Amino acid sequence: MNIVVLVKQVPDTWAERKLTADGTLDRASVDGLINELDEYAIEEGLQIAEAQRAAGGEAEVTIVTMGPEKAAESIRKALSMGADKAVHLLDDGLAGSDALSTSYALAQVLGQTGFDLVICGSESTDARMGVMAAMLAERLGVPQVSLANKVEIDGSAIRIRRVSEDGYFEVESTLPAVVSVVEKINEPRYPSFKGIMAAKKKPVQTMSLADAGIDPALVGLGGAATEVVDHTQRPPREAGTIVKDEGDGGVKVAGFLAARKFI
Amino acid sequence: MAEILVLAEHVDDDVKKVTLELITLARRFGEPSVVWTGPGAEQAQARCAEYGAAKVYVAADAAFDDYVVAPAAELLAQLVREKSPALVLLAGTAQGKEVAGRLAVKIDSGVLTDAVDLQPGDDGPVAEQSAFGGATIVHSRVRRGTPIVAMRPNAVAPEPSPGAAELSQVSLASEATGARVTNRVVADRGERPDLTEASIVVSGGRGTGGAEGFQIIETLADSLNAAVGASRAVTDAGWYPHQFQVGQTGKTVSPQLYMAIGISGAIQHRAGMQTSKTIIAVNKDPEAPIFELADFGVVGDLFKVVPQLLEEIEKRK
Repeated sequence: MNIVVLVKQVPDTWAERKLTADGTLDRASVDGLINELDEYAIEEGLQIAEAQRAAGGEAEVTIVTMGPEKAAESIRKALSMGADKAVHLLDDGLAGSDALSTSYALAQVLGQTGFDLVICGSESTDARMGVMAAMLAERLGVPQVSLANKVEIDGSAIRIRRVSEDGYFEVESTLPAVVSVVEKINEPRYPSFKGIMAAKKKPVQTMSLADAGIDPALVGLGGAATEVVDHTQRPPREAGTIVKDEGDGGVKVAGFLAARKFI
Repeated sequence: MAEILVLAEHVDDDVKKVTLELITLARRFGEPSVVWTGPGAEQAQARCAEYGAAKVYVAADAAFDDYVVAPAAELLAQLVREKSPALVLLAGTAQGKEVAGRLAVKIDSGVLTDAVDLQPGDDGPVAEQSAFGGATIVHSRVRRGTPIVAMRPNAVAPEPSPGAAELSQVSLASEATGARVTNRVVADRGERPDLTEASIVVSGGRGTGGAEGFQIIETLADSLNAAVGASRAVTDAGWYPHQFQVGQTGKTVSPQLYMAIGISGAIQHRAGMQTSKTIIAVNKDPEAPIFELADFGVVGDLFKVVPQLLEEIEKRK
């Protein structure tokens, strides 16, 4: 089984994140790390591959990342967790791509790697759009089995639990398919020392736009279908009233709620 | 007048509040046409009319309930090609955003999600988004195709304005395919409103001390007719179900009132609630970062403050 896990390197949530003059994310000046939800995707991919092998089948996990050179750090981490190989789509022409053009670029790469299963996190912690699995399923013409908090593979069938606003749906389709996973679907493993050493020898293929057959006019700032008009730092909220509870804290909160007509 | 498509979110014939918000918002840009998938349109017609829908396109096909996301995107794409609307509006729920994403690919148009406001501009609608946990305000626009915008619930207040809401039957041109829904399990949340749609959210954090302590959050929420939320510390510890987590990796809420009880307010949590209109915090640590956001805060023991508050609310009812 050919399992491809999509991994995005994002700026650390704890760092100060900002946009540059052209409205794109400043990825250079902050520490990057694997998008947290993608760690669940990697773990799920590894577990599915392990189950396939245990049942006597073959399975391989390929990491696909699009991003600047720095994103190689995230590829290393994914490989040290246990993925077999990686493809890094790396080209200056990609900078400033929006979701639509990113989905195009990734679909082109997936056309080259082939896949039985594409797995990604349900959203990234930087853009938080939550559209990539849907866009890729549409582009690749395969079923979308997204927002999964449980995945079961049975031959060429896949069944998931899709989380909904107030519960879950049981959803099934056939492979190949695109899966997105939500937090807590599993417990992502830490890379072992052995895994870290082994990762250094695993193949990482770097692809340019030309290698992946991507039309440069359809990606990057120029190819994006959306644009940032302007951006500003949110002014700090006006300082509120903070009181110490002197035995009347509840009464004071009620007074505030009444003054604002909430009660 | 330009036609604006609004994809309705509904449970049977019950129109979700966010849809009424979208119809209200659509009136800024032209004539709202609601796109209704599945059953219930006839019963919901009056409600759509009340908020100013000029038309309701009804596709009652069972495919919309049986297949995930893809049929709704296909129907919208079909309507965009036939009607050439100026704008397509969807709810910024997880599912609404997925439909928006697929539609964007189908009609090769730009998509903006999680907008907290949308205003007419010289080059089409300009969306306001709140990035990086609310620290940055971004204005963006679509520069190719028909703008597709997924609005965060509670972004605008629904305002009635009469419309004809003329029903018009439409159907999918092609057979639905893809991932099939085989079962639906809905957690019973009783009379409590939906977390992402609620006007008031009461959230509890580590300070509640455990599942038993967390019950006071539910009691307070019910006394205010509010939804219950929880910090990641609470859901990670299993004190409250994961689906109620507010934060960067959970739900994003933007209610009129957000009450953070026993929540310190780490960036992870703030990312999910920073755009709330009014924020109240109760925490025993005066240094807790949540107080930087609070319009009103009490430094104290939540197990003393909240019971007193409950008594006061009862007295004032």
